[in-house]
Amino acid sequence: MNILRKALIVVVPVMFLAGCASAPIDTTDEALGSDSSVESGLDTGFGNASSSGDSGSSTEVMGLSSDSDISSSEFSLDDSNPANLLNVRVIYFDFDRSKVRAEFNEVIAAHATYLADNPGALMKLEGHADERGSREYNIGLGERRGNSVARHLGLQGAARGQLDVVSFGEERPVATGHDESAWALNRRVEIVYTKQK
Amino acid sequence: MKVILRHLLLLMMFLAGSAQAALTIEITQGVKGAMPIAIVPFSWEGPMTQAPLDVSRLVTENLYRSGRFSPLPEHDMLAKPNDPSRVNFQNWRVLGVENLVIGKVRATANNQYIVQFVLFDVFRSTQITGQTFNVSKTTDLRKTAHQVSDIIYEALLGERGAFDTRIAYVTQSSDASGKPRYSLQVADADGHGPQAILNSREPLMSPSWSPDGKKLAYVTFEGGRPSIYTQDVRLGKREKISGFRGINGAPAWSPDGTRLALVLSKGGNPDIYVMNLLNKKLTRLTRSYAIDTEPVWTPKGDAIVFTSDRGGKPQLYKVSLAGRQVQRLTFEGEYNARATLSPDGRMVAMVHGNGSRYRIAVMDLENGALQVLTDTSLDESPSFAPNGSMIIYATESQNRGVLSAVSVDGRVRQRLVLQEGDAREPVWAPYSK
Repeated sequence: MNILRKALIVVVPVMFLAGCASAPIDTTDEALGSDSSVESGLDTGFGNASSSGDSGSSTEVMGLSSDSDISSSEFSLDDSNPANLLNVRVIYFDFDRSKVRAEFNEVIAAHATYLADNPGALMKLEGHADERGSREYNIGLGERRGNSVARHLGLQGAARGQLDVVSFGEERPVATGHDESAWALNRRVEIVYTKQK
Repeated sequence: MKVILRHLLLLMMFLAGSAQAALTIEITQGVKGAMPIAIVPFSWEGPMTQAPLDVSRLVTENLYRSGRFSPLPEHDMLAKPNDPSRVNFQNWRVLGVENLVIGKVRATANNQYIVQFVLFDVFRSTQITGQTFNVSKTTDLRKTAHQVSDIIYEALLGERGAFDTRIAYVTQSSDASGKPRYSLQVADADGHGPQAILNSREPLMSPSWSPDGKKLAYVTFEGGRPSIYTQDVRLGKREKISGFRGINGAPAWSPDGTRLALVLSKGGNPDIYVMNLLNKKLTRLTRSYAIDTEPVWTPKGDAIVFTSDRGGKPQLYKVSLAGRQVQRLTFEGEYNARATLSPDGRMVAMVHGNGSRYRIAVMDLENGALQVLTDTSLDESPSFAPNGSMIIYATESQNRGVLSAVSVDGRVRQRLVLQEGDAREPVWAPYSK
């Protein structure tokens, strides 16, 4: 449980704009948050490398207690009570495994119930791996972990259409060390509500 | 020989410390079998007291780091001729030097130079080759030095050199506010002159060169999801190739440049596909419940080697494009992934791991003999030089991602040092056409 407490974090997508031009292409990320944008929204700012715009989006990790833009009165997900299982937003995995450990069953059940009760809610499951091994294999592993959580959620009442799995492999570690304590924190699926209800 | 070795190491340390050197060189198992050669410092004629680039020093460094040559330290030279008529071969024979390089650099006009060199066979007292270069700008002197190195390498070893080539890699650094910033870089093969061709706040992955060396395919997470782009390295023009639901990963150009192998999970889990780049038509190559990823083409373009954990743990497999038969290639060790094939198709290098250590190994595809080339523990992303002589890879050192290269026999390793941030996923460019 200790590991869960340490990692009670919410991932909040933050949009921001910056304006600078440079020789290499700077990517533009207007599309974050609009999930249907896989095929679009990325087609600006390049073609002419020297005049490309630079507006970016990023993912910020912050504590649950403050700065969250989720309103607590409407949204039980924001209940800061650590006993509320909906506040657990990270599922951890064993090395090279995608099986959900039994200790997370209740957490997943709570989120599945929430999704079932709020059919308009949408969840992104971001799969991650530790740094060991090859990067693209770890992308596969991260997706497998995300799918594993999605399957459990689905079996317990979430609709498949509420769930979106994206794997980041080992590209977005939360712990930067090169030992088991860091790796254990990085082998994870992050639960991100992209729509609350 | 030992004395020479020690002197050489001192010389190389000096070289590494001088003139913003981008790499350090580490000979791990001696240079036994390396060819003794002497590269006399080239003379300089020009308005400045010093040449803007020490061409002969760079040639020396290049030949040394290939592991195939053992250059004589300058202070052991009995004479330093710059003109063929001044060469006394006896001076070199007594030192056991088999081959001798002399040369000149002359400024002809503002930022223009003539570089001349001659390579001699010391024991036969004959000229092997020699060439004159007209260099039209100062920054091209490095390229000239790499070309000189390539000519010497090929004349003495009978195979093409890879000094005048480039690499691409991904760096991650932090901006002023501590947010990660990812860049796709292109640099000389020795790490010199890196130039970012793409910057992003989202992860960049898996660069892959087109066979003509003009384009890179890569994975970007801009928009919060993976997609594959190809980009013209010189013009910066890019095109989105793949943005399907799920994974869009591990692009690999076919040897004829008309197709791109890639990994998509739109069918439920990661499988290998081939896309015709002209009409964007997809052909699915593998169909398994496992993770199939990291495709690389055989030089003939008739099969693809890839990573799959269909047997439980990641191992390398090969699938033919025609019959789709799948054959397992690796059996030694519990984790073999991220293949790179030698240009002649005879060797496959890979990440070879056991859960705690991940090192670079190379396997002879004919007899299956596997040799581990590195002794660090978080090695990844091997990539063959276009002449097959060396493998560049990423590893971790003092909490930083760094690039290293190792000779295919494992004897010589070198580390490319970058100014800041983490470097990873190096890919050696093919010879430009």
